[in-house]
Amino acid sequence: MREELEKRIVYSPEGEAIEIDPLKDYFCDALPQVEQKSSIAILEKFANWARSRSLWVLGFGTGCGAIEMRPLMTPKFDAYRYGIQWRPTPRQSEVFVISGYLSVKTLKRVIRSYEQMQGPKYVIALGSCTINGGMYWDSYNTINRLDYYMPVDVYIAGCMPRPEALLAGFEHLKKIIREGRGEGANKYAKDFAWYKANQKKIIKDWDMPDYNW
Amino acid sequence: MLEQILYALLTVFIVMNYGFLIQGIVPKIGARVGRRYGIPFYQPYLDIIKNFSKRTRISHGIMFYIAPVFRLTGGIGLLLFMPVIFGSNMFTNFSFTGDLLLVMYFQFFGVLGMALGAAESGHPHSAIGVSRGLSQVTALEFGLSLGVISLAVQYQTLSISEIVAAQQGGFMNWSIITNPFAAAAMLLAFLGAMGRAPFDVVLAPQEIPIGPPTEFQSGLLGVLQINRAIFPVAKLILFMNLLFGGATNWFELIIKTFLIYMWSIFVGVVFPRFRVDQSVRWFLTIPLLLGIIAIMLVKFS
Repeated sequence: MREELEKRIVYSPEGEAIEIDPLKDYFCDALPQVEQKSSIAILEKFANWARSRSLWVLGFGTGCGAIEMRPLMTPKFDAYRYGIQWRPTPRQSEVFVISGYLSVKTLKRVIRSYEQMQGPKYVIALGSCTINGGMYWDSYNTINRLDYYMPVDVYIAGCMPRPEALLAGFEHLKKIIREGRGEGANKYAKDFAWYKANQKKIIKDWDMPDYNW
Repeated sequence: MLEQILYALLTVFIVMNYGFLIQGIVPKIGARVGRRYGIPFYQPYLDIIKNFSKRTRISHGIMFYIAPVFRLTGGIGLLLFMPVIFGSNMFTNFSFTGDLLLVMYFQFFGVLGMALGAAESGHPHSAIGVSRGLSQVTALEFGLSLGVISLAVQYQTLSISEIVAAQQGGFMNWSIITNPFAAAAMLLAFLGAMGRAPFDVVLAPQEIPIGPPTEFQSGLLGVLQINRAIFPVAKLILFMNLLFGGATNWFELIIKTFLIYMWSIFVGVVFPRFRVDQSVRWFLTIPLLLGIIAIMLVKFS
């Protein structure tokens, strides 16, 4: 446990003692709930169509694959025309591109960012490292299978996949969303205990609540 | 009265759609200049439907919920208290004799509401964004207010309708010709009010992601997006009314406001971003001086 996360007492200028428990005061630890689809089928279909045409990607490059995201903004590939945009904050984005290998240290940040995103949210796993570890399969500090730790919608194999492959992955994700199968957030909420146990097995210095929306 | 309310709602509806189209078309033009294909022009509609159809949303307290409403109130209030189409009974809205003062107040209203809400979100980037935004808006108010006061003295009225009426009869009667110093001060302050480069340090997506609305998501962000469509167009209409002779029909309004909007775009693509201390200092030199000269000229000529 980091020092700044431990319980402590601070004194105000008037001498009043204030007890602070950072894990309780700064985080909300309400567990995720399974969110129902809209009961009107045509509304849900319409919403899914809009969701598939407006994918906001969290600008968080976890590994070397992040370099493949940059060309998508350039004139050559221009992902904006497919409704794909980059957002700087997890609150406003719904697609998380896990770009390449994921070290244990990064995994912690990835989990926090993923949990802060608002559902429905989708995960694209880019590169072989996210499928079976790739060239880092026996490394001491990277994970091998991403879907032990969070639900993955689309895998893109390769080391590295070209930007075209990433675009094709986005198109595949759109198809999944339009068919109403992009329910990763609900899957995470349903199997929460299993995901959390896996995460805690890997992350030794766990110093946050179980779920920090 | 009911008729007037319905027409006001119609105004808001038209302006909102115009704002969304501008938000789609201007990035499209930018993309074509950069040899990209660019977003579809209807992308802002898709984004807003998507945001309203999110299934989860979180709150940080009451002010956090109210802030987007404040912001939207600022935009709609600015729009509804000035005559949108000159000489039209339908689109004069709720403008009255002293509307110029109220409109100046509504310029500031949304920013203050946003400051309260963003502060409650507790995110450090929000706090930085809000402090930058408030100092920048406060600084630009000098040039803007002096220009507006100069116009009020020139036309001896505080009513936007009368200012527009005084400018009818050809472009030689427009305030930008008859009172160039006030127009210059106001148009320079306008650059800051539009929040584009070089005055976009408030949102600064690559630096403080993304300033005040960092924590806003789902429907709350949707409300902010609606305001982001209405508020700039309302400001454009205000400047068109004060400086460019207003508009007598929607077609004229769209041409004029689009060209005024392009002024901020052109400046934005040419100049890099100011730091907040630089922009405040800039607002307190050139626009302020121009504003003071405008007042002097009107008073003593």
